[in-house]
Amino acid sequence: MKRLMNLRPSKGTAIFLGLLPFLLVAIMYLFASDARLAENPNDKLLPALTTFSEAIDRMAFTPSERTGEILFVQDTVSSLKRLGFGVLISAILALLMGIPLGLIPYVRNGLSPFVAAFSMVPPLAVLPILFIVFGMGEIAKVALIVIGVTPLIVRDLQQRVSEIPAEQLIKAQTLGGSTWTIVLRVILPQMLPRLFDAVRLTLGTAWIFLISAEAIAATEGLGYRIFLVRRYMSMDVILPYVAWITFLAFLFDFIIKKFTYKMFPWYTAGKETK
Amino acid sequence: MSLISVKNLYKEYGDNVVLEKLNLEIKEGEFCTLVGPSGCGKSTFLKMLLGQETPTRGTFLFEGKPFPKEPSVERGIVFQRYSVFSHLNVLENVMLGIELEKSRFFGKLFGAKRKEAKKIAMDMLESVGLENSAYKFPSELSGGMQQRLSIAQSLVKKPKLLLLDEPFGALDPGISADMHTLIQELWKKNNLTLVMVTHDLHEGFHLGTRLLVFDKIRHDPHAPDRFGATITYDIPISDTSETTLNKIDKSIKKREKNDN
Ligand SMILES: Nc1ncnc2c1ncn2[C@@H]1O[C@H](COP(=O)(O)OP(=O)(O)OP(=O)(O)O)[C@@H](O)[C@H]1O
Ligand SMILES: [Mg+2]
Repeated sequence: MKRLMNLRPSKGTAIFLGLLPFLLVAIMYLFASDARLAENPNDKLLPALTTFSEAIDRMAFTPSERTGEILFVQDTVSSLKRLGFGVLISAILALLMGIPLGLIPYVRNGLSPFVAAFSMVPPLAVLPILFIVFGMGEIAKVALIVIGVTPLIVRDLQQRVSEIPAEQLIKAQTLGGSTWTIVLRVILPQMLPRLFDAVRLTLGTAWIFLISAEAIAATEGLGYRIFLVRRYMSMDVILPYVAWITFLAFLFDFIIKKFTYKMFPWYTAGKETK
Repeated sequence: MSLISVKNLYKEYGDNVVLEKLNLEIKEGEFCTLVGPSGCGKSTFLKMLLGQETPTRGTFLFEGKPFPKEPSVERGIVFQRYSVFSHLNVLENVMLGIELEKSRFFGKLFGAKRKEAKKIAMDMLESVGLENSAYKFPSELSGGMQQRLSIAQSLVKKPKLLLLDEPFGALDPGISADMHTLIQELWKKNNLTLVMVTHDLHEGFHLGTRLLVFDKIRHDPHAPDRFGATITYDIPISDTSETTLNKIDKSIKKREKNDN
């Protein structure tokens, strides 16, 4: 008998093992829900499957009586717009700041302490200020994501730039590069896949800020909806929304990862040998 | 006139005297190999030739003028590793030198100019034996091939001086023999001036036209940093014999043992 640490499941077993926890949780839920509903048919905490399907039908397939729009679609679109703009602006800002910070001593000495201090400010504590300055509209919510996420990506990129071997930078100078052309041809292309990695890792944080901002001030959005229906203890809406948000987060992570590997074959090649 | 002229040169890091009283003239077309005990300042000297470091005191001239204070196109460099660009394929790695020179703003050529650069780069790859790997990324190359690429990258700039810091130190013995043949061919064909640091005394003895040995003459056992290394042997390779080789080998080994 081999040691446990050397035993590997076959492909089929691996898939089954992966699904098992999901199945167990689902079964546990069904039993618990049944038990509670048997005791009190009006219980709201663990709704039955039929209640879920009714709620999903109401939210995702029936136009709202008031506006004629489908609430679920409306919520998803407005949330993703905020998230997309927030992350896109953060990524561009981070690129514009991270590369000079990592490469140019004058910029680093001048701005590093400020960036370090700024990234310590808890973004949610700034949220009231954002609402005061930008009003309750879209800008404040996007700004919260930008303020929360940009410093994280900037610091990551700065670190990555300073990790480029000195040999490469010297070689590029002997090949006739100026600071600008070295940034353009040597540093930027090496930083792009790292930027995508950083964005992927900060996406979770971006969701936190999005949902927080929506919970406080919005008229639609995924975060707005779950905090709205909380008042009626509508678990039948909250749980599907949470599952949907989780799925979206997973999907974006997956897409960005695949895209990075496809766009930058050299990046993965280097990683495998490490 | 000498290409490189060094008179009474000192290099110190704080209290650590690395090089002292260095005198040296290198003429165009010479192939100097530089050996010496570990930590005696060979890389430091190469860095000064490159412009990455500046001497503390002394005269240090390149073509009769003070050395440029930062790396420039006249002086190419091949490091032991990390000197190729991992995000560019082999051909693009060699084209980069041409592109950076011809396109001052974008550092990138398009259309007919790109084609022309591609042709020059292809010829260069052929002369180092990499023509069949033009579209591979450096991570797909062996160590020896990466060093060939690094050499090709530098040569495309036609540098007046090519510096090599233990370029074959990380390679298998069989492969480094191939590299020796290659570097000698390239040196003759391109009328290069070469300065190459090596750990391998045999390599130093058989490869170039001139052997330079760096070592400390004075040594204070209580303050090892007090005295720096200088040139202890400066001999044309044609004069070298087994006995000299053994003598130098012994003196280097002795120093390295003392230091440890
Ligand atoms: N940037 C630096 N700051 C301070 N000291 C340095 C610096 N670079 C090198 N030194 C010192 O200079 C001395 C010579 O270093 P150098 O790298 O030139 O040795 P070397 O002859 O190339 O050795 P090796 O054969 O091991 O490569 C060492 O004592 C080292 O500690
Ligand atoms: Mg060295």
